[in-house]
Amino acid sequence: MARVSLPTAVSLQRTVAVARKELLHILRDPMTLFFSLFIPIMEMFMLGYAIDTNVRHVRTVVLDQAKTQQSRILLESFVNSEDFRIVREVQTPWELSQAIVAGEARVGIQVPEDYSRRLDANQTAQILVLVDGTESSIAAAAVNISNAIALRESLKQLMAQRLSETLPVEARPRILFNPDTRSANFFIPGLLVVMCQMMAVMLTANAIVREKENGTLEQLFMTPVRAGELMLGKLAPYLVLTFVEFCVITFLMRTAFQVPIHGRFLTLSLIMLPFVLTMLGLGLYISTRASTRDASMQMSMGTVIPSIFLSGYVFPIDSMPPFFYFVAHFVPTTWMIDAARGVILRGAGWAELQTHALVLWGMACGVLLASMLKFRKRLT
Amino acid sequence: MSSPAQAANGEPVINVRDAVIRFGPVVAVDGVSLHVRRGEVFGLLGPNGSGKTTLIRGLCGLVELTQGTVRVLGYDVQRDAERIRANIGYMSQKFSLYEDLTSQENLDFYTGIYGLTVQQGRDRQAQLIEQTGLAPYLDRRAGRLSGGWKQRLALACALLHEPQLVFLDEPTAGIDPVARRDLWDLLFRLAALGITLFVTTHYMDEAERCARVGYIYLGKLLAQGTPAELKHLPGVNIPGTRWLEIFCTDSAELLERLRARPGVRQATIFGQSVHALVDADRSNAALGLEGLEVRQGEPTLEDVFVTLSRAQQKE
Repeated sequence: MARVSLPTAVSLQRTVAVARKELLHILRDPMTLFFSLFIPIMEMFMLGYAIDTNVRHVRTVVLDQAKTQQSRILLESFVNSEDFRIVREVQTPWELSQAIVAGEARVGIQVPEDYSRRLDANQTAQILVLVDGTESSIAAAAVNISNAIALRESLKQLMAQRLSETLPVEARPRILFNPDTRSANFFIPGLLVVMCQMMAVMLTANAIVREKENGTLEQLFMTPVRAGELMLGKLAPYLVLTFVEFCVITFLMRTAFQVPIHGRFLTLSLIMLPFVLTMLGLGLYISTRASTRDASMQMSMGTVIPSIFLSGYVFPIDSMPPFFYFVAHFVPTTWMIDAARGVILRGAGWAELQTHALVLWGMACGVLLASMLKFRKRLT
Repeated sequence: MSSPAQAANGEPVINVRDAVIRFGPVVAVDGVSLHVRRGEVFGLLGPNGSGKTTLIRGLCGLVELTQGTVRVLGYDVQRDAERIRANIGYMSQKFSLYEDLTSQENLDFYTGIYGLTVQQGRDRQAQLIEQTGLAPYLDRRAGRLSGGWKQRLALACALLHEPQLVFLDEPTAGIDPVARRDLWDLLFRLAALGITLFVTTHYMDEAERCARVGYIYLGKLLAQGTPAELKHLPGVNIPGTRWLEIFCTDSAELLERLRARPGVRQATIFGQSVHALVDADRSNAALGLEGLEVRQGEPTLEDVFVTLSRAQQKE
């Protein structure tokens, strides 16, 4: 007689059998293992060292038609700010604009001939600042900084006339949490989240499609294994692998990139759990929908775009139009990046992260449930 | 309705009534009725794309029936597919074990999936490894086994839970003749233990070895019965015709000649001989067969299936 007991509840034995087999697949395929761990780390070094959103040393050409002491002081104040770097002095307005068109400089400063005369006559002396608008962050910074310099020069003039030593109003901005405004501190916590997301989605997106392609899924469907057991068993090893990746990236972030972790690592790990589950669930959902590995790869790449551009990873969500600001709140990455920056940079703890945890657990449950419902032991 | 306990006595192990499986506009299985008795080796024949694999999948609840009823091991496939799956073995057409895992790891995986205890698993594996002779290949990755050994491994995995019924979808496709014979020997040993086997095949010699055979063509089951019964079907032995077996040196030339003659309904080459269905009122001489060794033949299974397919095509 058959010794097999009838399928009842979720069987731990069957789930473990699936997880063990899945782990063997991972170990038997060292290339995939290597690339899924190594590529994110390489990307981290590339992005971590290359990206600097702080605008410094903007290439500038100057046309000094006044050639007075005052005009030289003005231009020096541009250079001294470290925001501008004068690459060339030109002789004609045409050369000035040509240097910008050619990309030689981003900013052109023209001090007119009557600059000093007008200053001395208590008239408004105008300087022309040409800004290349093609790179919006540089343009914005250049406009702000040149306004600030002009304002400071004006104040100096006014104070000299009023013979006053102190300014009536002074703003003293103090930057909290990232006092040097290092870009790495801003980017790497986000990068950590995006890398773990990509790994979790890509690995699981293959998990079921691979069995579809090889025909092994059909064989499995003929056994008493349940859809839920199959999914849990497949999730477990990838959950572990993603957490290994998470630890490696966090370690590198702390050591190689010197990003201080102000909060607790445990807090970060715990909030990471529902996020990784959401992404593993998303990968599984893709895997149940796609019929080939190529299709599943395309679909998982499709999930990367919104999580990079709508999550606040690169562009702050606060400056998005209302519609996208609204949409961004449905992207799990948005919540996780905010939480990661909170823990790492601001030292946030559970009290501050309750909403994040709640939202991410909600998303994890939703996605996992959806993929389980989608995954039936039926061939189509 | 009969319970599984009754199934052990009277009810056929597989009982299909008017099964229809449709995928959108395509009718893959078209009103099939068949039954398979306990301990029987049932062979399902039919050309590629005729619905063999779909029918098996339907019997295991892997695809949904559009119409009709299917009872397997006394359970209704629509309601109790999981109970059926717990008690059947299945070996698919394509090798569908994990090629990157060793034979032993594949066996261990299915041992876990079928919920065998450690002791049960060890005993059962030892038994199957002995029956299939897999012992020297246990540490080899399944992907590196030859076709015949892959099939043995797949069979061992499908038998771990001691199923009462095993489905084998073209188990011998693409393996060498020696491995083919060995596999069939193994299958008959299983049948002798009371296991029911449902086998699909292309090979006529394999069909001849089955206790009962069904022939499926374009989704319709055209005939079922023992090979002997099929050879005496009225549709195959049309009144006023006779089957001849003609031996000659140049069978290709003879075939050409016969097919051109009036009164010859069918002619096929079988090695050194030509099989022909001719009108009974034509003498051998009238067919131009003087001087050749002519025997009164009976249709082979291939003749039966060709005749049935042609009749179906005409409809």
